[in-house]
Amino acid sequence: MAYVSIADRDHEVEHHDPDTFISKYVWSQDHKVIAIQYGVLAILIGLVGMLLSSAFRLQLGFPDMFEFINPENYYQFVTIHGMIMVIYLLTALFLGGFGNYLIPLQLGSRDMVFPFMNMLSVWVYALSVLILVASFFVPGGATGAGWTLYPPHAISPGTPGTDWGIVLMLLSLAVFIVAFTMGGLNYVTTVLQARCKGMTLMRMPLSVWGIFMATILGLLAFPALLVSAIMMLFDKLLGTSFFMPAMIQAGVATDTVGGSPVLFQHLFWFFGHPEVYIVALPAFGLVSDLLSTHARKNIFGYRMMVWAIIAIGGLSFIVWAHHMYVSGMNPYFGFFFATTTLIIAVPTALKVYNWVLTLWQGNIHLRVPMLFAIAFIFTFTHGGLTGLFLGNVTIDLPLSDTYFVVAHFHMVMGVSPVLVVFGAIYHWYPKMTGRMYNETLGKWHFWLTFLGTYSLYLPMHYLGFLGVPRRYFAMGNTEFMPDSAVTLNASMTISALIIAATQLIFIYNMIWSLKHGEKSGGNPWKSTSLEWQTPDTPPKHGNWGHSLPEVHRWAYDYSVPGQAEDFTPQTVPESEVPVGRDHGVDS
Amino acid sequence: MYITLIFLGIIMATVIVWLLRQTFNTQPWISEAADNEVSGASMDTNTKAVALTVFLAVATSVFALFISAYTIRMEEPDWRPITEPTLLWANTLMLILASIAYHWTRGAAVKGIDSRVKPGLTVAGVLTVLFLIGQLVAWQQLNAAGYYLDLNPANAFFFLLTAVHGLHMLGGLWVWARSTMKVWTGADSDSVRLSIELCTVYWHFLLLVWIVLFGMLLST
Amino acid sequence: MPIAVVLILLVIGTLVFHFVAPLAGWTFTELASDWGQIDDTINITFWVTGFVFVAVNLFMAYAVVKYRAREGNKATYDPENKKLETWLTILTSVGVAAMLTPGLFVWGDFVNVPDDAIEIEAVGQQWHWTYRLPGEDGEFGDVKAELIDNDNPFGMDPEDPLGRDDVLIENGEVHVPINVPVKVNLRSKDVLHDFAVAQMRVKMDLVPGMETYLWFTPTKLGTYEVLCEELCGIAHHTMRGSIVVDEQADFDAWVASNPTYADSQNIAAGNAQVGAAQYAVCAACHGQQGEGMQALNAPKIAGQEAWYLRRQLNSFKSGHRGTHEDDVFGRQMAPMAGTLASDAAVENVIAHIQTFPDNPAPVTIDGDVVSGQRIYNVCAYCHGPDARGIQAINAPRMAGMTDWYLATQLKNFRAGVRGGHPQDFYGKQMGFMGRNLQDDKQVQDVIAYINTL
Repeated sequence: MAYVSIADRDHEVEHHDPDTFISKYVWSQDHKVIAIQYGVLAILIGLVGMLLSSAFRLQLGFPDMFEFINPENYYQFVTIHGMIMVIYLLTALFLGGFGNYLIPLQLGSRDMVFPFMNMLSVWVYALSVLILVASFFVPGGATGAGWTLYPPHAISPGTPGTDWGIVLMLLSLAVFIVAFTMGGLNYVTTVLQARCKGMTLMRMPLSVWGIFMATILGLLAFPALLVSAIMMLFDKLLGTSFFMPAMIQAGVATDTVGGSPVLFQHLFWFFGHPEVYIVALPAFGLVSDLLSTHARKNIFGYRMMVWAIIAIGGLSFIVWAHHMYVSGMNPYFGFFFATTTLIIAVPTALKVYNWVLTLWQGNIHLRVPMLFAIAFIFTFTHGGLTGLFLGNVTIDLPLSDTYFVVAHFHMVMGVSPVLVVFGAIYHWYPKMTGRMYNETLGKWHFWLTFLGTYSLYLPMHYLGFLGVPRRYFAMGNTEFMPDSAVTLNASMTISALIIAATQLIFIYNMIWSLKHGEKSGGNPWKSTSLEWQTPDTPPKHGNWGHSLPEVHRWAYDYSVPGQAEDFTPQTVPESEVPVGRDHGVDS
Repeated sequence: MYITLIFLGIIMATVIVWLLRQTFNTQPWISEAADNEVSGASMDTNTKAVALTVFLAVATSVFALFISAYTIRMEEPDWRPITEPTLLWANTLMLILASIAYHWTRGAAVKGIDSRVKPGLTVAGVLTVLFLIGQLVAWQQLNAAGYYLDLNPANAFFFLLTAVHGLHMLGGLWVWARSTMKVWTGADSDSVRLSIELCTVYWHFLLLVWIVLFGMLLST
Repeated sequence: MPIAVVLILLVIGTLVFHFVAPLAGWTFTELASDWGQIDDTINITFWVTGFVFVAVNLFMAYAVVKYRAREGNKATYDPENKKLETWLTILTSVGVAAMLTPGLFVWGDFVNVPDDAIEIEAVGQQWHWTYRLPGEDGEFGDVKAELIDNDNPFGMDPEDPLGRDDVLIENGEVHVPINVPVKVNLRSKDVLHDFAVAQMRVKMDLVPGMETYLWFTPTKLGTYEVLCEELCGIAHHTMRGSIVVDEQADFDAWVASNPTYADSQNIAAGNAQVGAAQYAVCAACHGQQGEGMQALNAPKIAGQEAWYLRRQLNSFKSGHRGTHEDDVFGRQMAPMAGTLASDAAVENVIAHIQTFPDNPAPVTIDGDVVSGQRIYNVCAYCHGPDARGIQAINAPRMAGMTDWYLATQLKNFRAGVRGGHPQDFYGKQMGFMGRNLQDDKQVQDVIAYINTL
């Protein structure tokens, strides 16, 4: 296939140089501004999700002591918390936020290929958030059907928010999917079409690989959520029975017949499982770059890392029913899905080994982003290994629907990606703002978040072993749960509150450093990848000044023997590498 | 879910094989001169064409999932198949003709024969609009015959699938309207060539989807 | 540096926690079925994953210490190592296979129910468990969702002779014999539920419109809690039942003590005239017209629905209610209920009570109606927006009944004085809901609102 460098087409690129405040910061078509809009919106709604979790954790730790939490809003909080965190925070932040910021900068392009559509994407996303929040204020309140929104209870009386809440929820999801598709088309096309001269696929930083693959997964998986949302809206508003079987509501038989609740679950998890990797793959990518930069060492086994991302992406489409082992589907499916699920552990484990081997024989600088990256390896290992319990169909029998599940997925797709989010924000903050964050506050934020989350989720696994079910407003007195387990729940709530409060440090740090942070210069981490080689910091509209960069090497030339510096930016040609005395200790 | 799996399997396999071919025999840590032949950047394909391809993959996913849901739901005992209005055959013909008209216009636009582009576009658009009107009439006929949407999932699926297909068609018509406006206000065919080329692909795609949907509705 | 120390401490701490947690009871419940294979699979997984967890994290901590940045250090340039990566892939695959293989075999056992298993059926509804046993013929009669109503809560098909001897258990407690494989067929009347018993290790969803199953062989006598573990609406957490493992003889006796479907069809309607005589005892406290007397702590019963009166009378008789030592008035009622010796007597009295005029009881409790309305939102899910009660959800009428009695009962529910009996599943539910009212003011507010209905 013939290649044409976009440098040759550079004159074709339109430049809308924004001049007014509104076109610069509101209706901006600059991918960096859009990235920050996505990021700030996602974090704001994420804070709402966190507040909701604090509220229901209070009830779980100290049952019936707080007037503002009753079964109705408990289930609403649990539902919206899950929805916000999975979709409106993590998906939006990784792809809309980091994807937007890093793809053009790391690939050496001026912007996304469709800047206008990119702008639409963020505002449609904002609309979806608005609809979601509005659902709290309609009659009956937000839906309390659990974030999985299983029918029939999601749309039948007996569950909070079955009048308007569920309709707005489904609508908001549909709008979100539109926003994501507009963004996703951009990310994929930009990666395929707008790489600068010399940037082959295999020279792309792993961040871009992770985001690229996650976007492909999202584009193919979100339709399943869209389809199930549309069909459920039909059931709710038009009286069809796609998912609604013959059933009794408050003693009265409905006029629905024959619908299949399990069909919804298949559709939902056909989206829902790839969704896990939509969140995880970007995190894998970003953390690889963090580890490599701060360990001053190339990422170990780059090719294996790329193939693992591809393999995980492919496999993630044939494991969905491991969420449904006890759903009443044909039990023989269990054999197939347990096998595929455990196979996916192999490429995932290889990634973990390669991260750890990247540290081995490195020259590790323990700055805040690196601390978050190392903590990620710890929590991800923990969360990944507990996945081997749940993925193994037999062990799912006792553990399904218990706190173990909650602990597992919070470790693996809550804590772990969020640690990467923080690490990545600290890492790229100097590029985004031109200033350093405050290292001391950053460390406080790290330690409290890391230790807080572990003290929250480690005990939760054991309550799961005990058989404590998830989504219970109160356990009450049971014969199998010792009193000390109640105390454990209280301690978990205290951890949760501490973690929540800790995030204020982060927000303060981000805002304070905007004005008072030290000037960072263009490349404070001495990093090799393209975004650190921009002529201006923060990069201006168009990113690269007069001419696009040219790439001569991969993004991981750290500590190459025989070179004077311990990093060689991608833009440096072989002939211009400064040669110096090699002063490694281990070689 | 098998149908979805097959469709997505094909898409994913294409993606994966392509990615592996791009990545397999490289040793990325060995730096080479940035040379267009060896390590150039973007492919010499049009950006919008790539984006359309990706979008078609998304749309394929949507329709494949609907078809999967249809086949699963069909198994339940309450399923009562509907008698499709014969009008649908006429509608199908309209859509085929629209597709052909677009194809013909595309040929004209590529060759730069301005005089053919205007009528070609117009005919394609009118035929598509006729198709959509025909679909609406089919809805009315079904309603008149008592096949209400909420009476049976077979009816509901008919309305749902035709509606989703029609919405995609409307999206296409919007792009069609923009290029037609341009042509009628005197722009030369070169300025709308790309749009016509991509729309042709899109019309063919939607025709294919419709034939699959129609075939499925007829046979069940 | 601190991060390395902390990583090591966390690994050690996790191991310590893992081995100490069982001492505090934070581990699997004692197994009461023969699904020891499941526990074995879990143990294998613990060893494999535990090894990886410790190895990876200690290796990482060691690397962080050994290769921390120092002046003059330079990292080793090391793009990849095919041999190492191949070995790691092979080792990981072996570990995965070691966990998966036993898992699949055990699943095979779970999917295939042994031929000698007895069958019971658990029926889920919002938010209660009922059960059905096949009776002497060992076969279940036909059921249909569209036949379900208040008089036929199981949806039994009256035309099917196989159903005549089916034993119907409306209380949330079922018995099973020890050392016999039990297949539990699962059926839902409304939404998704999940039948889970921690000690038996197995669980399965109930899906409306289809039948699912699970099986186990109980190996330990005792009473175990049945939990619903699939979110099923606002009172999901109150959907409790229990399963009692009996010796075979006790089990047979228990089965015999429960009515069959045919029995339940043959109950004669109550005779109000006969009931009038028996009501004389009741009238002393509850009043001639069942209007209630606050001075004697006797609530209004006129206008209360028959099913609720029946259930409460039977609860008093069986000791599910009125046995708690702090339940002073309940303890007075219990022997009175006992005077209605037979089911027929109960029916007769209820029939008589149904003849009373239903005049709204006088309002004695005042409160903040606006606050009460907010609180009542939750109550409305079961008792209905008009507080008239919904039999299908086991929620009685409250509107127009004696409000001081509602207050007493809410206090009793909150304190566990009512609803504390292990077999009183309905009371237990209300206990959960009642305890969410923080103080007496909230109780008064909600009752003040009910008074407006």
